[in-house]
Order: sequence, then C-alpha cells, then structure tokens
Amino acid sequence: MTKKNIWVAALAMPVLVALLLMAGSPSVMADQPSAAGTDVKIDNFSFGPQTITVGVGTTVTWTNRDDIPHTVVSTDGVFKSKVRDTDEKFSYTFTKAGTYPYFCSVHPKMTGTVVVR
Amino acid sequence: MTDKKQDYIDQGLQDLNNDGVDRRGFLKCMAWAGTGLVWTMSGGIPVSQAFAKGMGKHAGKGSDFTFVQISDSHMGFNKPANQDVIGTLKAAVDKINGLPTPPEFLLHTGDISHLSRQEQFDNVDQILKGASAKDVFFVPGEHDVLDDNGKSYLERYGKSAQGAGWYSFDHKGVHLIGLVNVMNLKAGGLGSLGSEQLEWMEKDVKHLKHSTPIVVFAHIPLWSVYPEWGWGTEDSAQALGYLKKFGSVTVLNGHIHQTMQKVEGRVTFHTAMSTAFPQPQPGKADSPGPMKVPAEQLRSVLGITDVNYVQRQHSLAVVDSSLA
Repeated sequence: MTKKNIWVAALAMPVLVALLLMAGSPSVMADQPSAAGTDVKIDNFSFGPQTITVGVGTTVTWTNRDDIPHTVVSTDGVFKSKVRDTDEKFSYTFTKAGTYPYFCSVHPKMTGTVVVR
Repeated sequence: MTDKKQDYIDQGLQDLNNDGVDRRGFLKCMAWAGTGLVWTMSGGIPVSQAFAKGMGKHAGKGSDFTFVQISDSHMGFNKPANQDVIGTLKAAVDKINGLPTPPEFLLHTGDISHLSRQEQFDNVDQILKGASAKDVFFVPGEHDVLDDNGKSYLERYGKSAQGAGWYSFDHKGVHLIGLVNVMNLKAGGLGSLGSEQLEWMEKDVKHLKHSTPIVVFAHIPLWSVYPEWGWGTEDSAQALGYLKKFGSVTVLNGHIHQTMQKVEGRVTFHTAMSTAFPQPQPGKADSPGPMKVPAEQLRSVLGITDVNYVQRQHSLAVVDSSLA
C-alpha cells in the first residue's frame, strides 16, 4: 500500500468497526426501541422512567416498589389498573401508535407518558 | 395548670374586646407539657380556660361539648413505618376514653382503610366500638375509594349521604359539613370537590344564621399546604366563599399525617395526626410517603384531636394529643 492508502485505511478502519458495533447494539439506533425499555418502576411517588418509548405491540409492565399503593391510569381512558400494592405489577400491551399520558389516580401529581411508535 | 400558662392566658384576656365578637383572630400557641399543643384564636382563650377550669363564667349558658377528630387509620398497612396499625388505633381509642370530658361524637377524616377492603373497614368499625363516643361520622380518603369508585365505602358509611358521600348535620347549635374531595382526581391535580357537591353546599348553608358555628371536615386539606405533593384542593376557594358570612368556621382535615394549623380571618384550618404512620414535613423529603421513626418515638408522632365548643364563643379550641 502507498502511504496515502495506509492513512485512509487507518482512518477508515475505526469508523467501519464503530459502524459495525453500532449496528449490533440496538440502544444506539434512534428508531429501534430497546427491549430493556418496557419496564417502569414505581417508587418514591414517581414513575421511572417518566417517559418511555416503545414499538407497537409492546407490553409495558409497571412494578410498584414503593411502600404505598399506587395505580396506573390512562388520562384518555385507554387503560386502568386496579390498585397495586408493594411488589404488585400491572401490564398493558400497546397495539396502536400514539402518545399515552397516564397518572396515579390515588396520587394525581404522579404522571408519566408512554410513547408508542 | 402551670403558673406560666395562667399568666399567658391572663395576658391574652387583656387583649380581648369583650363584646363576644373578636375578628382579629391572632393565634396564640400554648405549649402544654406532656400532652401536646393547644392552638386557639384570641377569642378562644377564654374557651380553653373555661374548659380547663370547668366552665367558669359560661356555666349554664347553653350547650358546651367536645368531639374528637381521628384520621388516617390506614387499616391494612403493614410496612416498616408501623407494623401494628391495629395497636396504634386501639391506643387512640384508649386516649379518647381517657379524656377528662367524654367526647359526644367522633369525626374520622378518611383513609380509614389502606386498600378499601371490607375486612379493613370492618376492623376499624370494631375497634371504634370500644370508644366512649358511639356516634362516628366519616368522610373518605383516597385509600377508601380504590377500584370500586367508592361503592364499598358508601354502602358502609354513606347511607344518609349524597353523591360521593357528602352530608351535613347539626349538633347542639353547631353545623357540621362532611365533604368528599378524593373522587375524580385529575392527572397532575389536587383534591377536588366538584360542581355537584359545591352546589349542594351552597344551598346547605344559605339559610343558616351568621352566628351558627360551622365545622367542615374533609380528607385532603382545603387550603394549600404543599401543592407539589398534592396537599391542597383545587376548588376549595369556592366552598370557603359560601362560608364567608359566618362568624366561626373550623376546617378539619387529614391526609398529611401531621398537625398543621392556619388562621385566615374567621376560618381556622387544622390537620390531624394519623393513627397509623407519620409523613414528612412539606419539602423535607423526596416524597410524602410513610416516614420511619425510631420505634420508641412512633406513638409520639401519632395522635388524636380534641375539639371543644363553648356556646357564644366564636371559635372552637382544638387540642392535639399524641399517643405517647
């Protein structure tokens, strides 16, 4: 190889490697939802993460880790959990794209959003 | 009564306009060694004095009585903050039964149960049967109307109530109003009374004489204690507007599991301790959840509220007592 070619190769290699690595790692791709991002933890009177983005057909599971019961209620009447005490869960499968704001009907200051793409 | 307290009362009496109508209503706090705080308006100092000394100049003038407010029994709660809410509720009943003047009724300002379950309501009813006062008046907390929109609560406690459980009654010249502000809560919002209840309340008080002492009781505070934690009611200003004409209004709330008091003109707002677990002071923690305290301190942060009414006084004396 010529000197110039060596330089090009030297620069290109890390870029190629990086691209390959990125392709294999779903969390970096903006339009590909993360499998790990389907769980919402309820703790300290808050939903964490407060906003999650998932793909159509994903089941989101809320788990109450707080020492007080909470509920998960869609502000648009799409879903509504029964009261969930500590360690109890609620799941909902989102079959349509859209933005789904929700809150805890017992402690209405607690709010969250599920964005479905 | 200690000499210091007697001096304090005498000093307060000098400030009084003695025609029976005091609208300045500045608040005096009297520390009462061992049994908690006595908060009373300036017009109320002779009330508590009369109560402590056994009637004084008001003897024979008409009905005087006391009642007790308890709140937030959370029957069914069993986390570290208190793993024996049955025991602490029983201790509250013992406290009620040990009062020098037996209360004529009890008010429970909600969160009777922890999860709106029948057995939890049952437990509270059974325990309260041991109280000297046989009449208990309830309003629901948000923990009492879970899942079934208040159906179990209403079946048990709402027989003579309207709508979601609001009602009023009279006792020896005092008009008491039980309000429900824990239904149909909106995302991001506070407590809510709703238009139907407000319309009912306006009619309920319209024809009462201005001299009728009013007691309003509801679960979530009817004043803005700490909106960030939902400690307030969105439309309470409208309700309080209907009470502007009255010379004495006492608002009793729960929900925040600590004693707090505010005076605004002729309205005294007061929140009660829980009989189950304490919660942090506004902003002093990440969230308003159950606050763990050392076991030996628990009963000192739980308690009851004794309310004293003397006819012709324009305010009620409110005495908080802890369980220890």
